[in-house]
Amino acid sequence: MKVTFKIWRQENTDAQGELKAYEVDGLSEDMSFLEALDHLNEILVLKDEKVIAFEHDCREGICGQCGVFINGRAHGPHNNTTTCQLHMRSFKEGDTIVVEPWRASSFPIVKDLVVDRSAFDRIIQQGGYITAKTGTAAEANAILVSKEVSDSAMDAAACIGCGACVATCKNASAALFTAAKINHLNKLPQGQPEAHRRLLDMTAQMEFENFGSCTFTGACEIECPADISISNIAEMNARYVKAKLFG
Amino acid sequence: MKLNAKIPEGKLEDKWKNYQAKSHLINPANKKKLKIIVVGSGLAGAGAAATLAELGYEVQCFCYQDSARRAHSVAAQGGINAAKNYQHDGDSVWRMFHDTLKGGDFRSREANTYRLAELSAPLIDHFVQQGVPFAREYGGVLANRSFGGVQVQRTFYARGQTGQQLLLAAYSQLYKMVRAKKVEMLPRHEVLDIVIIDGKAKGVISRNLAKGEIKRFAADAVVLATGGYSRVFRLSTLAIGCNGSAIWKAHKRGAYFAAPSFTQIHPTALPQTSEAQSKLTLMSESLRNDGRIWVPKKKGDKRKAIDIPEAERDYYLERRYPSYGNLAPRDIASRAAKERIDAGHGVGQFKNAVYLDFKHAIQKLGKKVVEDRYGNLFNMYEKITGINAYEEPMKISPAAHFSMGGLWVDYELMTTIPGLYAIGECNYSDHGANRLGANSLLQTSIDGYFILPNTINNYLEGELKAKQYGIDHPEFSKVEDEVREQIKKLLEVNGTRTVDDFHRELGKVMWQECAMSRNRKGLENAIGEIKHIKNEFWKHVKVTGSDNEMNPELEKALRLADFIELAELMCLDALQRDESCGAHFREEYQSEEGEAMRNDEDFAYVSAWEYNAGNFVLHKEKLMFEYVQPTVRSYK
Ligand SMILES: Cc1cc2nc3c(=O)[nH]c(=O)nc-3n(C[C@H](O)[C@H](O)[C@H](O)COP(=O)(O)OP(=O)(O)OC[C@H]3O[C@@H](n4cnc5c(N)ncnc54)[C@H](O)[C@@H]3O)c2cc1C
Ligand code: FES
Repeated sequence: MKVTFKIWRQENTDAQGELKAYEVDGLSEDMSFLEALDHLNEILVLKDEKVIAFEHDCREGICGQCGVFINGRAHGPHNNTTTCQLHMRSFKEGDTIVVEPWRASSFPIVKDLVVDRSAFDRIIQQGGYITAKTGTAAEANAILVSKEVSDSAMDAAACIGCGACVATCKNASAALFTAAKINHLNKLPQGQPEAHRRLLDMTAQMEFENFGSCTFTGACEIECPADISISNIAEMNARYVKAKLFG
Repeated sequence: MKLNAKIPEGKLEDKWKNYQAKSHLINPANKKKLKIIVVGSGLAGAGAAATLAELGYEVQCFCYQDSARRAHSVAAQGGINAAKNYQHDGDSVWRMFHDTLKGGDFRSREANTYRLAELSAPLIDHFVQQGVPFAREYGGVLANRSFGGVQVQRTFYARGQTGQQLLLAAYSQLYKMVRAKKVEMLPRHEVLDIVIIDGKAKGVISRNLAKGEIKRFAADAVVLATGGYSRVFRLSTLAIGCNGSAIWKAHKRGAYFAAPSFTQIHPTALPQTSEAQSKLTLMSESLRNDGRIWVPKKKGDKRKAIDIPEAERDYYLERRYPSYGNLAPRDIASRAAKERIDAGHGVGQFKNAVYLDFKHAIQKLGKKVVEDRYGNLFNMYEKITGINAYEEPMKISPAAHFSMGGLWVDYELMTTIPGLYAIGECNYSDHGANRLGANSLLQTSIDGYFILPNTINNYLEGELKAKQYGIDHPEFSKVEDEVREQIKKLLEVNGTRTVDDFHRELGKVMWQECAMSRNRKGLENAIGEIKHIKNEFWKHVKVTGSDNEMNPELEKALRLADFIELAELMCLDALQRDESCGAHFREEYQSEEGEAMRNDEDFAYVSAWEYNAGNFVLHKEKLMFEYVQPTVRSYK
C-alpha cells in the first residue's frame, strides 16, 4: 500500500511550522496508523533526517497520550476512536493523508505533532479528587451506591484525557473534559461533601487556562474515544447555578 | 554480601503488625526536612508519592509520559483481588495467601505473600473512599467476579477499565498533593541513572524529554516504581515506552536483580498479524469466565470457525484441566495454547492463534448480559480486527505481559542499596514464578499506599542525623558525565540500522528462547546471539537528531541499549534454574504428560544477581516454608 502523508513539522514551540509531504510505500492494511508513522520514521532515519515526533504510549486506546488531526478530524475518520486504534485499512491506495497537531491556544505545540496538555492536569489539580488521606477509609460496603448511580459515574469517569474534545471544538472549549470529572465524583456519595467547591474551582481553572466557552455544537461527543456524552456539560451547567447560589 | 530479607518475628498473621509496632517513627517537623524521589507515577509511584506527601515528606515524582495519568497501570482491564469474602464463598486472607503462594509455584516468601492478602481488604475500602466507580449489584453493594487460578470470586472491577479507574484515583490524589505544594511533579522526565554516595542512594540524573536538558536531583531516599520490562520482547502487552532502564542502571550500581527470567506470558492477547506490528493488545482474562477456548481437532483445518461442528472442536483446557478448565492459570493456559499451535492446530492467517468462543455464553446468558460484562472488550476487538465477536469467535494468542522478576527487595521493599527502594511491578516480591490475575494491581497499590510509607521511615530516621549531600557532590558530576557520554556515543555511531530493527531482532531471540518454554541449548545460543546484537548495535545503530531537543529516536535507543544487557541476564537466569516452576518451563524438566516438574530440593530459592564489572554473580535467598508445605501445583 502506498500513500502520501502531509505532516506538520515544527522544530519547537517558537519556531514556524509547515506541512511536509512524504510518499510512503510498503504499508499494509493491517498496520495501525501509528505503525505507518513508525515505518516512515525508520525511512527518515536511514535518510539521515530527524524523525517525526508524535505522542503515543499504550497503543490500545486507554492512556490518552496519542492524538492528532487526520484529514481535518480529531483522531481520524472514525467516530469515538483514538488515533492508535485507527488502521490503514481505513484509507485507500494513493490517498493523501494530512496530519496535524491538536490546535488550541491552551495546548501549545512542543514539537511536530506533540502538544502540551498540562492545562488538563491543572484543572484536575483544582478538585478532581476526593480529599481523604490514605488509611482513613471505612469498610467499603458501608457506602451503598445504586447500580444506576455507579454506572453513570463510570460513564463519566471513562474519559482518557486525550484532548480531542478541545481540539475538535471551534471554541477550543474544555467543557466536556471538565464536566466528565466533576460529574464522575459529584454523582457518588463519596464526592458529595466537596461537590460545590469542586465544581466552582475546576470551572474557574478551566477559564483561567483560556479554554473557550461551550456553545453546544456537540462536535466533542462525536470524537470522544470514551463516548463521554455532551449531557455531562448540561448537567455541569445546571449544577453550576446551584453551586453559585448555595456554594 | 549476605541477603537479609528482614522478615519480622512472630506468627505469620502477626508479622506485619509486629513490624509496624517496632519500626522507627519520625516526627512531623522532621519529616518536612526529608526529601524523597519517586521514579514513576503508575499505581505504585503515584500511590507512594501522594501518601508520602500526606505524611509530610517533600516529594519529587518523575514519569516519562506527558502526564502522570498515562502510566501503563491505566491499561489493566480485568480487576483487582481482595479477600473480602463478600460472596460468602469461603474466601479468607489465608485462602488468598495460599492461592497466591501456590499460583507462584512456591517461589515467593510466605511473609510477603501473606501481607499481600492481609492488606487487600483495606485497599478496596481505600479505593471506594477515593471515588473509584467499582461495579455494583442492584442492592448497592460491590460486585465480584472470578479470575484464573482460583475457585472463589474475589475480583473487584470497574467495567473493563479497572486499571484506568484505580490509576486516575491515584493520579488525582497525587495532584491534590501537587496543589498542596508537597509534591513536585516532573512529567516528560526520564531517569537515566541513580547516584550512590557512601553506599547509599542519594539522587538521580534525568533527561527532560521535551527539551533534552540533563539535570541532577538530590534526595534522602530514592524509590523506583518504573513498572514492567516485558518490552524486552518488543512485542508485548506493555506500552511502547515501558522500559527497564532505571532498574537496570540501579542494578549496575549495585542493586541485586532477582529472578529476571520469570516472565508471564498472557494467554489471551490478539495475535501478531504483520512484521511491522509494534504491540500486542491484551484481551482481558476475565473473558475466560464465560468464553471457551478451543482449536479444531483436525490439523490445518481451513474451515471457518462457525462451520466446524462441536464434535470436531478440541476444548483443550477443559480436556486437560477439568477442575479449572478455561480458568486455568496463565502460565498453564499459555503453554497449552503453544502446545496446540506447535502441533499444527493453530488458527488464523499465521496459524498462531486459538479460538475464544462466546457462543455458549450468549445462548445461556443472552447477548445483553454478555454485552454488559464485556461490551467494551468486544468493541475494542472489533476496532482492531474488524470482526464482530458476538457472531464469530475471537482469535487469541499468547503474549509477553508481566515481569515477576525485578530488583530484589527485602520485607521493607528496600533493594540491596540502602535508601533505594523498588515498588510495584519493577520489584520481585509477592508473585513467585507466576502471578495470579488481578493480583498485580493489588501488589502495586499496596506497595505504594500501605507498605512503603510504613517502612521508609525506618531508614530515613537514620538519615536525619547523617551527613547531607547536595547535587554539587563529585559523585553527581561523575554520574552525569557518564550519562552524557553514553548519549554522545550513541549519536556518534551513525551506522546503517534503525533502533527498531535491532529491537525486532532482540525480540525474536527472546521470544524463541526465553519465553514460554526454554532449554539449555537454546538459552546458550541466545546468550551468544544477544552478545552479537549488542556488538552490532554499538557499531551500526543510527540515531538522528541531537541530544538537546525532543528526540524520540534517542529515547528508544537508550532504552534498547539497556534491554539488550538485561536480555542476557534473563537468559542466564533461565539457564541456571534446572527445574520447571510457574512461568519458567524448562523442556528438560517435564513429566510424561508435559506438566512442569519443580525441584524444591535444589531450587527453592530466589536467584539474586549481582553485577560485577560486566559479569553477573548469582546469590541465593533460600525460601523457608513454615506454614504451607509446597505441593505439586495441580489444576487438573
Ligand atoms: C494490558 C495489561 C493489563 C493488565 N491487567 C491487569 C489486571 O486486570 N489486574 C491486575 O492486577 N494487573 C493487571 N496488569 C498488570 C498491572 O497493570 C501492572 O503490573 C501494574 O499496573 C504496574 O504498575 P506500576 O505502578 O508498577 O507500573 P506502571 O503503571 O507501568 O508505571 C510505571 C511508571 O514509571 C514511569 N517510568 C518508567 N521508567 C521511567 C524512567 N526511566 N524515568 C522516569 N519514569 C519512568 C512511567 O512513566 C510510569 O509513570 C495488566 C498489565 C497490562 C500490561
Ligand atoms: S496511545 Fe494510548 S490511547 Fe492511543
